[in-house]
This record gives sequence, structure tokens and C-alpha cells, in this order.
Amino acid sequence: MQKNIQEQLAKQPKTWIFQIVCALIFVVLMAWSTSALNFSGISEGGGEITKNIFMGIFTPDTDMLFNLTKQGVPYLLLETMCIAFLGTVVGAILAVPISFLSASNIVPKPVALVGRFFIMIVRTVPAFVYGLMFIRVTGPGPFAGLLTMSLCSIGMVSKMYIEAIEDMDIRILESLDACGCTTFQKIRYGILPQLMPDFASTIIYRFDMNLRDATVLGLVGAGGIGSPLIFAMNAYRWHEVGAILAGLIVLVLIIEFISGRIRIKLARG
Amino acid sequence: MNWYDKIFPPKKIVLSDGREILEKRSRLPLVILLLVIATVVSVQVTGFNFDVLINRGKEFFTIIQQMFPPEVNYLPKIWGPLFDTIKMSLLGSAIGALLALPFAVLAASNIVHNRLVITITRLFLSLVRTVPTLIIALIATYVFGLGTVAGTTAIAVFTFAYIGKLLYEQIETVDMGAYEAMESFGATKVRSFFAAILPQVLPSYIANCLFCFEGNVRYAAILGYVGAGGLGLILNEKISWREYSSVGMILITLFIAVVIIEAVSHYLRKKLT
Repeated sequence: MQKNIQEQLAKQPKTWIFQIVCALIFVVLMAWSTSALNFSGISEGGGEITKNIFMGIFTPDTDMLFNLTKQGVPYLLLETMCIAFLGTVVGAILAVPISFLSASNIVPKPVALVGRFFIMIVRTVPAFVYGLMFIRVTGPGPFAGLLTMSLCSIGMVSKMYIEAIEDMDIRILESLDACGCTTFQKIRYGILPQLMPDFASTIIYRFDMNLRDATVLGLVGAGGIGSPLIFAMNAYRWHEVGAILAGLIVLVLIIEFISGRIRIKLARG
Repeated sequence: MNWYDKIFPPKKIVLSDGREILEKRSRLPLVILLLVIATVVSVQVTGFNFDVLINRGKEFFTIIQQMFPPEVNYLPKIWGPLFDTIKMSLLGSAIGALLALPFAVLAASNIVHNRLVITITRLFLSLVRTVPTLIIALIATYVFGLGTVAGTTAIAVFTFAYIGKLLYEQIETVDMGAYEAMESFGATKVRSFFAAILPQVLPSYIANCLFCFEGNVRYAAILGYVGAGGLGLILNEKISWREYSSVGMILITLFIAVVIIEAVSHYLRKKLT
């Protein structure tokens, strides 16, 4: 028995060289990246400031939290949700043609590569740069935020779409062809039922993310809950920050719970 | 959704052998109705307007036009911040991913059997995940001062929450046989975890970390906007000076860096799984 076990152990592939190399690479990378850290900027009052910040955040300004005017948290949350919703919808619609043009089982390879390259470019530009561009079009406000959000959604949404399209079962289309279906019938009964659950799941997931990322828009004044949040932070009004964050966190948690439920349902059919 | 079936009773179909089956009515009309209401409300609140988009849409391209040709002479000054950004995300991802390990174990229901511990850990993870990264970065700049330390902290916190969630879900789906076998002949819980469960989740854990790192490089470019160091810092500066050709150069450099990092990480992830 003992001998058997030892023989088995001896048969195991020797991976320690590979492991040591990996560990070495990791350590070197870490050492290289710590060189960027510059602790000189840490202020002496850091501890005191941290205490103030957390004291403020955990005692939110209840006046603002339950204020139903346009400056109150409920309206700001509604605005943020509307921006995220329409932004996701517009982005999801724009992503459909782009992703069909970049799916390698639909168009020839070179065209698909160009499409993917385009998607990568769109994804790389930071959100606030788009925000600045759109503010020239619409002026500051939620409309600019909506457009920015839709453009930012395109990257990830079309990436997921492409995966769904490439996983599509082409044989169903062939059998529909053999039955003598028209193009419209092929799309209605062959393509839509296959793609819809994946697409819907992607869109719901992206809505979740957009709601979370909506604060970025506040940086450039493109509407939503971001600008009041960042103003409050820059003015050290931590009670207001606490109120806004509390509202945002509760909203995101609720939406995440609902969207998780829907997506599980979609995945199981 | 039982109430829906009560209002719209399911359709009865008689099969050829005489059996009756019920086909539930499609939920599509309800979904469409909800979507239409949401769209109308959103259009009202956000002031969505097609006329503006069509008439002034070309304004969008004015800044893009000014970005070309990019200012090539500015390139030497980009390298420093670019590498700062990469270092920030590398270190932040590593710290966050390592910190996530113990929390993920505490949140996995097949290893810890105390419901209270599991609930608290999961609640903590999802709370951290919902706080916007930008806000963490801003708070970090107040605590650590302007610079890369703040950015690294923000990225570490984000990675921690993200990887933590993925990892505990992963741990819950592992095959428990080896773990139970090790425990049954007297190994401690910690030892059996490292020998029996870690090897099962390690490949996907590393793949997730790499994926997170990819995203973080992109995100780190935004963090600079609030003063958390890296590429965003010079991006912000050049935008406010309206030197759009330099902005174009920065974006192109960022793009190339992201493409290279994604290619490497994609290759590694393919190897891992």
C-alpha cells in the first residue's frame, strides 16, 4: 500500500521549476510597481480626516435623504436611474448592428476584425472624455449623461452580443430553410428565440453597471447623482455625502437583487 | 407572477390523445408595457430630444477632429504617467485579490457552517462593491494625499470586492470529496483547504484576477481625474488647457497599452482554462 502511494506520487509531473518562475515573475512585477508609490503626500492629519469622513458618512443628512424636491436624494436617484435606463437602451440598440458586423460566423474575417478594433477603440476612451464631447452637443445636463452612458455601454454589450451570436446554432436556420421558411420567419423562429435570452441578460447586467458608474458622469456635469456627490465631497460636507451614498447603495442593492433574479430566470429558460 | 395567470387564464389545448394541457399566456405584453412606461418617464426626466441630436450632432466630432493629428512631441512626457497607471493597477489588483482570499473563504457556505459569519461577510462584500470606485478614490486622496497611493487604494478596494464575490461563488461549486477525505484522516481545516480546494479554484481565480487587472488599467485612467495619479492626471490637465492634440496622443498611447495588456492576459487566461 505504502509503496503504491509512493509510486503514484513519483509519477506526478514535476512543476516546481514552473512554479518558482511564476513566483519570481510575480515578485519582480510587484517590486517594480511599488516604485510608483509615493508616500510623501500623506498628510499628518490623515487619521483625523479619516475619522471626520467616516463620522459624517455614517450620520447621513436625513433632511436631504427624504426631501422630495429636485435637490433631494429621491429625485436625484430617479434622474440617475432614468439616465442609466435610457443610456442602456440606446447603447443596446446601437450595439446590435455593430456586433452582427463583428461576429466572425456572419461576416468575413477581415470585416469582423475591423469591427472588433472599432469596439476596442470605443471602449478605451474614458467616460469623461465622451462626456465633454457630448456637452458640446447638448449642453450640461442629464441628456449629455445619457448619450455618454450609451456610448460607454456599446463596448461591453457588443462584446457579449458577439459571443451569443457566435454560439448560435446555425443548423436550426438550415432546417427552417429546408421547410421553406421565408427570411422573416427564419429571423422570428430561428434567430430571435436563440439570441433574446442572452441579449436581455446582457442588457440587464449592463443596466446594473451603468447605475453604479453613473457617478463618473458627475465629474463633467453630465447630470445624475454624481455632480452633487462630488460637490459635497469637495466642500467637505460629509453628512450630505453620507445621505447621497446611502441612497445610492440602497438603490444599487435593490436593483442588483431584482436583476439577479431576472437573469437567473432567463438563464434557466 | 401567479396573479398574471389569474387575470389572463392560460389557454387550454386538447392533444390528439384527448389529454388537456395548459399553455401559459406570454408575459411579453406586460414586459413591453413596463418598458414603454420606463422609457416615457426617462425621456421626460432626462430631456431626451432627437432634434438637438440631429441638428447639433456634428459638434460631437469637433473635439475628435482637433485630436488629429496627435501631438507626437508630447509622447516622451506620457511614458511616466502611463507606467504609473499600469503599476497602480498591478499593485492594486494584487493587494485586492490577496485580501479577498480569506473573506471569500468566510463567505463560502460549504466551508464555514455558521450562517451569521456568512451573512455578515457577504453583506460586507456587497456593500463595498456598491460604493463607486471614484468615491473611494476621492476619499483616499483626502486620507493619503494626491498621488498614486490613493489610486492604488481605490483599485485594491474595488478588486477586493469583485474578486471576493467571484471567488466565494467558485469555492461553493468545487468538488468537496477531496476536502472531506483529508479531514477524515485528521488534517486540519486550513491544511485541507490549501491542499484540496485551492488547487481546484486556483486557475479560475488567477484568470479572474487577470481579467480584473485588464479592466483596472482602463479604470485607472479615469481615477487620475480626481487626483489619484497616473494617466488621468495629465489627461485632465490637457483637457482643461484645451490642448486636444495632446489628448489624442494620450488616448492613442492608452489604447496601445490596453491592447497589449489584453492580448497578454487573454493568452494567459486561455492557457489557464
